[in-house]
Amino acid sequence: MADNNANKQQPNGLPRIGFYICHCGSNIAGTIDVADVAKYAAGLPGVVVSRDYKYMCSDPGQEMIAQDIREHKLERLVVAACSPNLHEETFRKAAAKGGLNSFFFQMVNIREHASWVHEDKKAATAKAKDLARAAVYRVRFHKALEKQQVPVDPNVLVVGGGIAGIHAALTLANAGKKVTLVERESTIGGHMAAFDKTFPTLDCAACILTPKMSAVKSHPNITLWTYSEVSKVEGYVGNYKVTVKRKPRYVIEDLCVGCMECIDACVFKEPKFADKFNQGLGKRKPVYIDFPQATPKVVMIDPETCIQFKTGKCKKSCAEACDRKAIDFDQKEEVKELQVGAIILATGFKTFDAKKEPHYGYGKYPGVFTALEIERLVNASGPTSGEVVLRDGKHPKAVGIIHCVGSRDEKTNKWCSRVCCMYSLKLAHLIKEHSGAEVYNFYIDIRAAGKAYEEFYDKLLSEGVHFIRGRVAEVTDWAMTPEEEGKLVLRVEDTLAGFVRRVPVDMVVLATGLEPQADAQEVRRRFNIGCGNEGFFQERHPKLAPVNTFTDGIFIAGACQSPKDIPDTVAQAGAAAAEALVLIDAGHVELEPNTSHVVEEECCGCKSCVPLCPYTAITFDEAKKKAVINEVICKGCGVCAAACPSGSIRQNLFEDEEIFSEIEGVLGK
Amino acid sequence: MKYLYFPGCSLKGTGKAYEESLLAVFRALGVELKEIDDWNCCGATAYMSVDEAKSYALAGRNLAIAEREELDVIAPCSACYLGLNKAQKSLQDHPEIRARVTKALAAAGLEYHGKVKVRHPLDVLINDVGLDAIAKRIKSPLKGHKFAPYYGCQIVRPFASFDDQYDPKTMDKLLAAAGAENVTFPLKTRCCGGSLTGTVPEVGLRLAYIILKEAKKRGAEAVVTVCPLCQFNLDGYQDQIARKFEAVDMPVVYFTQVLGLAMGLSADELGLKRSIISADVVLAGR
Amino acid sequence: MSFEPKIVAFFCNWCTYTAADLAGVSRLKYAPNVRVIRVMCSGRVDPQFVMDAFAKGADGVLLGGCHPGDCHYAEGNYKTLRRMRMLNRMLKDMGIEDGRFRLEWISGAEGEKVKVTVNDMVAKVRALGPLDMPGKFKEWDKEIEELEAHVNSDAPTEVAHAR
Repeated sequence: MADNNANKQQPNGLPRIGFYICHCGSNIAGTIDVADVAKYAAGLPGVVVSRDYKYMCSDPGQEMIAQDIREHKLERLVVAACSPNLHEETFRKAAAKGGLNSFFFQMVNIREHASWVHEDKKAATAKAKDLARAAVYRVRFHKALEKQQVPVDPNVLVVGGGIAGIHAALTLANAGKKVTLVERESTIGGHMAAFDKTFPTLDCAACILTPKMSAVKSHPNITLWTYSEVSKVEGYVGNYKVTVKRKPRYVIEDLCVGCMECIDACVFKEPKFADKFNQGLGKRKPVYIDFPQATPKVVMIDPETCIQFKTGKCKKSCAEACDRKAIDFDQKEEVKELQVGAIILATGFKTFDAKKEPHYGYGKYPGVFTALEIERLVNASGPTSGEVVLRDGKHPKAVGIIHCVGSRDEKTNKWCSRVCCMYSLKLAHLIKEHSGAEVYNFYIDIRAAGKAYEEFYDKLLSEGVHFIRGRVAEVTDWAMTPEEEGKLVLRVEDTLAGFVRRVPVDMVVLATGLEPQADAQEVRRRFNIGCGNEGFFQERHPKLAPVNTFTDGIFIAGACQSPKDIPDTVAQAGAAAAEALVLIDAGHVELEPNTSHVVEEECCGCKSCVPLCPYTAITFDEAKKKAVINEVICKGCGVCAAACPSGSIRQNLFEDEEIFSEIEGVLGK
Repeated sequence: MKYLYFPGCSLKGTGKAYEESLLAVFRALGVELKEIDDWNCCGATAYMSVDEAKSYALAGRNLAIAEREELDVIAPCSACYLGLNKAQKSLQDHPEIRARVTKALAAAGLEYHGKVKVRHPLDVLINDVGLDAIAKRIKSPLKGHKFAPYYGCQIVRPFASFDDQYDPKTMDKLLAAAGAENVTFPLKTRCCGGSLTGTVPEVGLRLAYIILKEAKKRGAEAVVTVCPLCQFNLDGYQDQIARKFEAVDMPVVYFTQVLGLAMGLSADELGLKRSIISADVVLAGR
Repeated sequence: MSFEPKIVAFFCNWCTYTAADLAGVSRLKYAPNVRVIRVMCSGRVDPQFVMDAFAKGADGVLLGGCHPGDCHYAEGNYKTLRRMRMLNRMLKDMGIEDGRFRLEWISGAEGEKVKVTVNDMVAKVRALGPLDMPGKFKEWDKEIEELEAHVNSDAPTEVAHAR
């Protein structure tokens, strides 16, 4: 560390500035000549201390800053290191520790924005100097600011009632917080409720899930709103106002006890309509319940198929059969409002539409099924009571499972959906167990990375399930030999054997991948969070903040963030609940003081700013003829400051003179 | 409705019946086709493997001539359709190829700007003329006739601009409009043998045989195709296929011939007498 | 030595600045000519900032915000778009060529787009050559001074045009 600081005298008028540049091991120093930058900064006006150090964010690094502030009577602090998104807070604290107001500090990003993205050392060093100079120029104009503290509402909203939402809600409720769980379908349980067994342990999904579902329903701290959707979110961290639409199910939830007498009494003697929960493989009546353990155990009426709704001329035997008078054909949508401090989004995924890969014949050949359909077929409480049969009721003698349908494919989805290998192995085991059929897996790679997953794969190999490594080219009913007649033929290049195989089967299972929900974009806009390129919700940091989002107080859990299996989903749900607890139990949040304010004497009363504010934080004082900004509502975008023709609106931390000096700095010599 | 017509070598030679039936059908539909002035080879096949840029220059010359008129180009031969479209795309995407072609064309006083659209007659019939208009022209529907609609590879791979890549349906729709029945044919876009029928016959003939055999098995009285090479392979090699595998005796006709028949045009003007395997079965009932 | 353009960028904190961080974390490599100034929202960018950057010697100015509909502050980027359309016209009138000022929507997930945009802009501005507004200002000042001197002197009233 060079000493650039021998007895520097400070010319009049300028605040005393300390400049620090971080090596970040070799992350910065490997590309940028940090000693040279420190030496350069020492010569900049106002700089009285300039140092480079191996790790500025370390305790000794921070201590050095605090000590220098005291010793050299520093009035401003500049640290050139990584992104302010990572360590701005660290150095603000270091400043405070030395007795300096935290906001007399400016951070320079020379790692993410320079050393990591440039190879030319000379050019990167020159850039670091420019950025350092800009910060030194700018920091002179910084003002002492205080963070505003606002209380946090202790209630939490969880959106989505799959295993992620259920687990997050229960965790929070058990910690004594009031939780509202909003689910768009008529029951909670999500995809997991449709599964028979779970990999790799093959424990029954219902056996482990339904107790948690009942716990949600009966928990005194949880309000469960199914068949409901969040329509609007306002406010900010700690203080969100949420509007929820409760769709009519035409059954009064509080009165229905789930006896299902109404279903028996329906004028449709036999179930007639495709049953969505069973992937259309089963039938239901217009009045129905998704499955016996549905939670809440409340029936609902589908107005699309109910005769009363279609003609108004039904004898309404269902209503007659209900001695609690729970059926209400006139039920209307209800709109509810909630105040919460934190929100957890656990909105899950949808599966890839197999029709988008027409060469696999889904929708064309009746023998082709999706994995979710097979989940229902192997399920003891499914439409066939667990019997694996084709659509015509026949038993398949050979079954082919095609992996990676809508995954790892340039033409559809590039990502690996992470669960398909394992659920395909599970289904292979269950199909073989239930039907005795020969089962063929067609795979690219078997991805069995998880506790006891590889062992499960080994078990399948020893069970006599066949594995053929190759991406299936097509499923066809074109028979080349008499043995192939009446079969579905999978054509595939066996990449281990090195030739093209034709494998005739009776049933084809498409292991469809996981995709973002169809409305993921609308939902993320509603909650003001981001999505990655592939459409899953974007976490704040892929490693260090996996359940946080860029909007404080909004957390994500489960497959809405990326495809994941049940163990990972539950782990993430717990993490999201813990993050929400941290926020709530702190009792208050500190808001960035980057709000705007009006300098009253300079305001000319033109009202240009008033309609610009998306939060209606700006009002007009008719008596004084001046604009007024409510700094509690202001979120600090600075749109008004940029628009004010008289320059009377100032945004803290982004005042005009601060930005102008920064421009001068980056362009200066 | 008016289009430029790029026949290519096939439609003037082995695919004469395609040209005759195509022109007759378009004439009957009131669609004007103007043959491109002084056209040359589309640049397909051999050129492509010798020197891409030369192949694109050939295509480029045709396109540059076509650009003089603000009309879409119809390229009925699958190889021409693909070759010209491929050239358009390469000239668009690769400035270095474009520079070479521009220079070559300049020597002939021509300029290429990429303005014309190269289209397939199926695309034009379905999307410009429309099924309704065609249905109105059907005078003697092909009731009771069963066909295997066979598209070949080049109009759906790699560019599938007007139909589904895996399961094309435009010709199915036309044949249905003509009153015929389409058998379910899973080999719609499978290889006909291509140039392998001549170069590696043990492979090429087998590929052609697979298609003919499957069409027969599915109950089709004829294979209906859109491509002169497919037609040539499937129709012209049946004696060799009979010697090597078995006799299939399956007529192979163009979709324009079938459509023309339904529109009341004569077998002669549609070139139906040119088939090697007699197409008389298609004429049954008229 | 070839001309290396100086480009000042204003990136919004939530999308484009984050995308530039992501480009860093992903170790994407791009041209070192851009100096980023962080603002909370692209809507904070007063057209004067852009003019000031040109006036102080920038050869190009890049403004990055969230995609339309994705603004962290609901609609700040629409306001940016409105202002910058107008600014574009003014820049044209001032003789600042197209391509020297650029507005791009880059989401937090688009690290790659930061790389592509920066490289593309650097190449285009390099092709345009130096802008050198400070130099031009000096020339213009000189002209005005000469003119003033001339007006104040007793020289004949008719003069040849300076350039």
